[in-house]
Amino acid sequence: MNRRHWLAAVGAVGLSGLAGHAWASDEAPDAFVQRITNDALNSIKSDKSLRSGDIQKVMQLVDGQLMQHVNFRRMTALATGPAWRSATPEQQKRLQDEFKTLLVRTYSGALSQITDQVVVVKPLRRGQDERNLVVNTEVRGKGDPIQLDYRLEKTPGQGAGWMIFDLNVLGVWLVENYRNQFTKEINAGGIDALIASLAARNRSNAKPA
Amino acid sequence: MNAIRNRFLLVLAMAMLLVLQGCSTVKSADARDPWEPMNRSIYQFNDAVDTIALKPAAELYVKALPSMVRTGVNNFFGNLGDVWSMANSAMQFKGQDTVETFMRISVNTFMGLGGVLDVATAMGIEKRREDFGQTLGYWGVQSGPYVMLPLFGPSTLRDALAFPVDMQGNVTNQLSDQRTRNALLATRLVDTRAGLLRTVDAVKASSLDPYSFVRDAYLQKRRNDIYDGNPPSSFDYNETASPSR
Repeated sequence: MNRRHWLAAVGAVGLSGLAGHAWASDEAPDAFVQRITNDALNSIKSDKSLRSGDIQKVMQLVDGQLMQHVNFRRMTALATGPAWRSATPEQQKRLQDEFKTLLVRTYSGALSQITDQVVVVKPLRRGQDERNLVVNTEVRGKGDPIQLDYRLEKTPGQGAGWMIFDLNVLGVWLVENYRNQFTKEINAGGIDALIASLAARNRSNAKPA
Repeated sequence: MNAIRNRFLLVLAMAMLLVLQGCSTVKSADARDPWEPMNRSIYQFNDAVDTIALKPAAELYVKALPSMVRTGVNNFFGNLGDVWSMANSAMQFKGQDTVETFMRISVNTFMGLGGVLDVATAMGIEKRREDFGQTLGYWGVQSGPYVMLPLFGPSTLRDALAFPVDMQGNVTNQLSDQRTRNALLATRLVDTRAGLLRTVDAVKASSLDPYSFVRDAYLQKRRNDIYDGNPPSSFDYNETASPSR
């Protein structure tokens, strides 16, 4: 009897050890979001040229630190809608590039506002699908807190095990909001028209106001 | 008084005419926005007014006053607004939110110099904005078609009908002295616009069609706020599901 207990204990410890191991290699989604947002925030706080909106520097930060955690291809595909599948690989690449430039330029303006903000990750809501999981966060500083949510998919063995494929700023999901913008251009003149208007918008944004 | 009323009726008649015209000529692409042609013209009107008057006023305000003063003004109106938020939390039977917002108001009014300092946020009592449109939405009233209001901006039929109630609920409007009231309303308007200076520029820079971008964002945000940050997703994420790059 005693011996059986002992065996059971060893078994339990062994199993929990295995489980613990699996847990360690697969970061929890909220921990993942906390880690990458803290890293990004620290980079911005420690670099003045980032906060002054130096677009080259911001691009470096995005490419070097953030893009590895974003499935940007999926994000662009979702914003584009059904037309994505009939686009050539060349068109898909150009669309991704122009869309990325547009987003980076838009958000780099907000970096000058970063001083002493902290990101608070809220408790995960239970029962979410690992292929489509929302992590809610809040950026707190002076003024009203800013709602910032991330939509993640589990990518075992790839990157950090999670990839972001949509972003919610102040209650507005990015992909959903761009879908109408993109559809209108596609209906008017196809994928090439969409790429052309994104490029035109990026050019006019690049001009100093 | 009569002259004002007549002018108001004229404007109303013109607006109606625009609606009818909109209905008869162009079909809107978006089911949520059947009055798109009319809304678009009002959007252009608002944008023009903003460019000529409101935006320059807000920019001047930011330039003329140090940020400490502006934060104080913003906190002051925020505290007054909390009173109506509390009432709406109560109308949605959100007990904890109601109590917390009541604590915010007490703390900020008595310890924060009448609301100029936002002590409550520093203490970790979160601000929760609630308005009458959200209360109606919470109780199941559908938003109805999208409406662009002259001067007041994006709304829906439901929120536009709730708007006068919100105006009545705002403490500023309860002041009996008309001069003080108007001065406060004007300051609040400029304060609000000053807070949006970057946002409006960003919207214009990041969209291909600012009108529909604002509309889609407004409709999403209202849904988000009615569900307190976690609305059920209405977007189909599987449609183009593709394995990662």
